[in-house]
Amino acid sequence: MLDNMKRSILVALWFVFLTFPLMVVKVNTLKNIVEWRWMNMLWVALGAFVLSIVWRWAMVRRDLKSSESDSTDDDQARPGIGQRILEDPKIFKPVLLVLAVVTLVFPLVVDIYQANIMVLALIFVVLGLGLNITVGLAGLLDLGYVAFFAVGAYTYGILNSFWGIGFWTSLPIGGLMGALFGIALGFPILRLRGDYLAIVTLGFGSIAKIVIENWEEVFNGAKGIAGIPRPGLFGLDMTIESATTYTYYLMILMVLFTIFITNRLKDSRIGRAWMALREDEIACVAMGVDMARTKLGAYAFGAFWAGLVGVIFAARNTYINPNSFTFMESALVLSIVVLGGMGSIVGVIIAALVLILMPEYLRAFAEYRMLMFGAVMVLMMIFRPEGLIANVRRKYTRSAVKTEGVNA
Amino acid sequence: MRKSVIKKLVMVALLSLVVPVTGFAADTIKIGIAGPHTGDLAPYGIPTKEAVEMIAAEVNAAGGVLGKQIEVLPMDDQCKPEIATNAATKLVSQGVNLVIGHVCSGATKAALGIYNEAKIIAISPSATNPPLTQSGEYPNFYRTIAPDDDQGKLAANFVADKLGAKKIAIIHDKGDYGKGFADFAQQFIEAGGKAKVVLFEGVTPGAMDYSAVVQKIRKEGADAVIFGGYHPEASKLVAQMNKKRMKIPFVGPDGIKGDGFLEIAGADAEGVYATGPMDVTSLDVNKKARADYVKKYGKEPGTFFDQGYAAMQSALNAIKVAGGTDYAALEKALKSSYVDTAVGKIKFDKKGDAEGVGFSVFQVKGGKFVELK
Amino acid sequence: MQYFLELSCSGLVRGSIYALIALGYTMVYGIIQLINFAHGEVYMIGAFIALIVSGVLTIYGFSGFSILILAALIAAVYAAAYGYTLEKIAYRPLRNAPRLSPLISAIGMSLFLQNYVLLAQTPDFLPFPSLIPDFDFMEPIAHIMGSAELVILVTSAITMIALTVLIKYTRIGKAMRATQQDMTMARLVGVNVDNVISMTFVIGSVLAAIGGVLVGSYIGQINFYIGFMAGVKAFTAAVLGGIGNIPGAALGALVLGLAESYAAGYVSSAYEDVFAFGVLVLILILRPAGLLGKAVKQKV
Repeated sequence: MLDNMKRSILVALWFVFLTFPLMVVKVNTLKNIVEWRWMNMLWVALGAFVLSIVWRWAMVRRDLKSSESDSTDDDQARPGIGQRILEDPKIFKPVLLVLAVVTLVFPLVVDIYQANIMVLALIFVVLGLGLNITVGLAGLLDLGYVAFFAVGAYTYGILNSFWGIGFWTSLPIGGLMGALFGIALGFPILRLRGDYLAIVTLGFGSIAKIVIENWEEVFNGAKGIAGIPRPGLFGLDMTIESATTYTYYLMILMVLFTIFITNRLKDSRIGRAWMALREDEIACVAMGVDMARTKLGAYAFGAFWAGLVGVIFAARNTYINPNSFTFMESALVLSIVVLGGMGSIVGVIIAALVLILMPEYLRAFAEYRMLMFGAVMVLMMIFRPEGLIANVRRKYTRSAVKTEGVNA
Repeated sequence: MRKSVIKKLVMVALLSLVVPVTGFAADTIKIGIAGPHTGDLAPYGIPTKEAVEMIAAEVNAAGGVLGKQIEVLPMDDQCKPEIATNAATKLVSQGVNLVIGHVCSGATKAALGIYNEAKIIAISPSATNPPLTQSGEYPNFYRTIAPDDDQGKLAANFVADKLGAKKIAIIHDKGDYGKGFADFAQQFIEAGGKAKVVLFEGVTPGAMDYSAVVQKIRKEGADAVIFGGYHPEASKLVAQMNKKRMKIPFVGPDGIKGDGFLEIAGADAEGVYATGPMDVTSLDVNKKARADYVKKYGKEPGTFFDQGYAAMQSALNAIKVAGGTDYAALEKALKSSYVDTAVGKIKFDKKGDAEGVGFSVFQVKGGKFVELK
Repeated sequence: MQYFLELSCSGLVRGSIYALIALGYTMVYGIIQLINFAHGEVYMIGAFIALIVSGVLTIYGFSGFSILILAALIAAVYAAAYGYTLEKIAYRPLRNAPRLSPLISAIGMSLFLQNYVLLAQTPDFLPFPSLIPDFDFMEPIAHIMGSAELVILVTSAITMIALTVLIKYTRIGKAMRATQQDMTMARLVGVNVDNVISMTFVIGSVLAAIGGVLVGSYIGQINFYIGFMAGVKAFTAAVLGGIGNIPGAALGALVLGLAESYAAGYVSSAYEDVFAFGVLVLILILRPAGLLGKAVKQKV
């Protein structure tokens, strides 16, 4: 105990030293004044002291947990509480029911602002599910995912402003354009692995933004495209409230559709191939999986969803400019996938809702929200690296193998 | 049976979350202030926010407007369109009567549609993009600053006529504001026919240095530089031009005309020209506003303070004249009644631009921007 | 021809700054295969500390060269401390985690540090004093290469030579190379791997801080966001040269700097980043392991 205190005091002293110039000193080189903010030092010391005690306690617990799971690891990892809820129909069914009801009445009982940010959150749910295909299933790191999102948004923006093409026609075109770009960008980087992939995709993301910014004849540059119509419903004239509600339901359907498709994909032949590729590329290719086709498929399917919701994003905002498609958005989507638990659909949904809604509800702490956002990302990785909901991989027992037949 | 119980419970839970947000009180006048209050563009939004809050506090202390207290609702948009739409819908759902904002033209464009459908007037202190008023798409939009085409024209004429430059390099930051200004400058220089644009190029904000661009300006033999953008890039360019021993006039828009530029560029700022809203610091209203601000916040007011202050003044005047916050009455009041503001005596024309505000050219002399007559 | 020379010079200056940052990326990556996304923030913090120190010293009456040396020294010490703490908090607990976890943790740390500086200091740009004096002997060619540029080139060259010596001939350098080749083996022969990793972060951070001080006094302004773009570019440079390879990082950085400069000079500076990443993609297509990286044959 005493030892613990001593160590925490040392940690506190270290952080006082570390933060001293930035937290305490503030110079104004014009007027030649130094402002000494000594009070900050006290806060840092106190904060570091308390946090270091909490930190050490949490670390001990974490190590205990991991050594426990090590010893019981050999047969079946004990599913976490989230997984248990998902698997036990007794809990699962009422939860789903409540969720369905809440989802349905949500836009009717809340104001338009809440519905509007929920639409944004749902857009990111779909983005997360899409990137989950590329990163979670196929294991291809993508730091420029937002480029495909931009492709979708600008497809609608351009089709609409040049030729007056409506939302419903643009929606599939946006998705297909996304997939097309996914394949086009996938080609040159088929041979790259892991971290090389990361920086090249990051590069593609920035290139997309720069091209949009500079090619004014087509993309209208930094001015952006304004006056994009909201999604229509048989030419009905809608007020902004009903349009938002309508977009909300549209997004719910979209999310359900995405979940359905990605779930089916996961169990399909190509889905199995993606996971095999992720685990061991060489073994996978040796087994006769076409590497190029499988990888391009992963990019195309991932990008397809981004293109699709890009169209909805443009319709929701009614205005797009390049500022909405920066690296921060790519990092956000990637964080959604990783924080949610790679490959886990429920996890991705929860993570997207948390990450998009948290900054909105934290508006009161506006100044500190990005600070907290960063800290949460680090802490999550340390204390729950498997994500909010760990993806439990399906195991094929003997009887299952028999019924699944040759396909496995 | 159980289903409906759950449903009710959920409804109650949700409602209890929502009611405090939407709770509507009719005895106050709600004014939203939208702009960047966090992030790297915050210095452009905060002076307006503080100006509006300051006026509101003063008016409330004196009994309010039409016997009603003013409630200000600041809303951060970070100058991002998608956050601006969130901010706008939030303000609408909170039942604001009028909005001062937004600050960036892009964010303003995104938000205006929402205000327009909700019949709410927005008065921006700084969105200078010309189509905002000229396109006629946003009848609910007003601004206390002159549009960019005026500014581009002034800069073009100044460089071609007063400075007598023949070859002009135009550099911009690729942003909505900077590129817009640069485009207008180019247009008016070519229309004027006295000078030639030898280089028209965008630079990346946040790039490590601009020395390659500076060398390019020299190679093209330009004898003046017009820059569209904000002060960080401008000071970087000016500093590197000095380092490369290039002494040609540098003209920027109002985005560089502020203390930020003077502080960062330091000695390099000397001699730089900038267009900006006419010097109004000699006006009594303006003097009082600035003195009050210094007294309250203990610092000099920042960019767009005058315009933000004026926006709030004209808003309050319109409410007084209209006798309420009815949209049509407010519109009529804004367009017909003159009011003495921190940027001069103004009213709005039928497109929403303020009559009585304009630009002039300034030059840095002795570490200060001095208006050139 | 002169124009080409001018552009080459700007490219080299930019490239050597990239190199100072890229070395930190590549060293860390070489040892623990981690993309330390927060490395750019260490560079930014180095620049901030130098600004604060030089501000305080100026007010208390120091002058000229002593400010430059003291500011750079203190900035380097602090950057090292930040790098060390960063590793201990955000990466060490994740040593055995899945590959993406440390990357996300690094992105989180990068956000955290940016906003920490924003809140503790200011969101505005700050003027950075030009600590490097104008030398008289450089005046005739100042339009091509100024004194600050000369100092940047010389300092980075010296730093890189020192780093090479450190890695080739010292005990810690040997330990670092051993850890890079095989962490388990190194541990078995008695290398304290944890210490080596900490030292790698410390050395990388010091290099980044030197870069920060040089850039600050070269372009005369800093804010909390300068680390991001510089970090991305430096990382690109490290990959270009073959990540994990120290001479490769330096070479990649110079290639990148020159490519950007020529692109800005001969095409358009609006597209300079497109060229930077274009060069990267092109080189990776031709040599998937980077310029100097060795293609590792995978054994099954």
